[in-house]
Amino acid sequence: MNKLSLIGLLSLVIRRDLVLAMRRRADVLTTLIFFIIVVSLFPLGVGPEMDMLRKMAPGVIWVAALLASMLSLGRMFSADHLDGTLEQMMLVPQSLSVLVLAKILAHWMVSGLPLVIMAPVLGLQFDMTTQAIGVLIVALLLGTPILSMVGAVGAALTLGLRGGGALVSLLVLPLCIPVLIFGAGAAEAVVSGTSVSSHLSLLGALLVMALIFTPWVTALALRISME
Amino acid sequence: MLEISNLACSRGDHLLFSDLNFSLSAGELLQVQGANGSGKTSLLRTLCGFMMPVAGEICWRGQNIRELGDQFYAEMIYLGHLNAIKDELNALENLRIGAGLAGCKVDDKQVIAALRRMGLRGRETLSVKVLSQGQRRRVALARLLLCNASLWILDEPLTALDVGAVELMQDLIGEHLVNNGMVIYTTHQPLEVVGVATRRLTLS
Repeated sequence: MNKLSLIGLLSLVIRRDLVLAMRRRADVLTTLIFFIIVVSLFPLGVGPEMDMLRKMAPGVIWVAALLASMLSLGRMFSADHLDGTLEQMMLVPQSLSVLVLAKILAHWMVSGLPLVIMAPVLGLQFDMTTQAIGVLIVALLLGTPILSMVGAVGAALTLGLRGGGALVSLLVLPLCIPVLIFGAGAAEAVVSGTSVSSHLSLLGALLVMALIFTPWVTALALRISME
Repeated sequence: MLEISNLACSRGDHLLFSDLNFSLSAGELLQVQGANGSGKTSLLRTLCGFMMPVAGEICWRGQNIRELGDQFYAEMIYLGHLNAIKDELNALENLRIGAGLAGCKVDDKQVIAALRRMGLRGRETLSVKVLSQGQRRRVALARLLLCNASLWILDEPLTALDVGAVELMQDLIGEHLVNNGMVIYTTHQPLEVVGVATRRLTLS
């Protein structure tokens, strides 16, 4: 009998989650449309002053991305928990952390990547410069995976709890503050003419740290939730 | 060879059972009996490592399953109350993923053969959403055929199955035991495998 390799397991789970997301497109679109609407509300609310909009754009886009990513966190493990797939995942004769990493990557592709792709269009709405938009995209590319990873820990901890959806936001949002500071800071640095690279390096460092620790912590949290 | 010694399990503060001892060797069939709430499912879930026992040891081939981890999981398969199949996928996709999670690589031919054996000819590419409860259970059971796990842990495998499928299950278990497999299961329905004495363990 053929044994499935670690990479094989990784790609199997990613492909599975992507296929499931494609067949439940409404869920994916909700996150994206929420993001677009929240960002679009600000110019309407604060008035069409170009200078002010340009200044607040990175912050608004980042906060909206943060909130939008909270929307999809509840779904990360709950469907698998309800139909028993999660039990089978615990019994994978490979590392559970790798499986969790695959689920996080798939979650990011479905809920984080569309936000990054949509950001330049929203940036134009705020009259951001091309350079600032470029930095914003790089920062989002580095930052949104961290949101998925930290969110996974929260989602695993609140699995099966009543009102888990609201709880996970309360748990995860404070932990995402560093990402918000450096992410929005990078694009603001372009506007104010200071160094962008320090913000991006710090985001990169956070990403590496999250990549190392969160799959492992999520796996532990899942095992606790299953008891 | 599965050996359980002095096992005690609790759910919350309630002690379900204690000082449980039994062993299961190749070719043996063990039925766990007991009234509702006596801890049958908890026992099976403890054997899978989902729950920590309060006391006692579970050993597989002489080693504690906590230490064995992945090696133990590669040799066992668990089928719980929940079928672990997705409504959005068809039977073929579900099984391919189910087998993958159990650590084995299968091709479509094997999966289709397993589904046909379970009496699901012509339903391979139908969305699971349109299948009946019994048919869904058959899809879940087809996973047993795809992986060469030696220990089967089955929690109420016969729920929702019709008479024909129950007979089929008996045959499958019989074949597995002949191939030196081990089966531990719970059921409230009669399940007799020809030529094999069922050992019974009663929880009270």
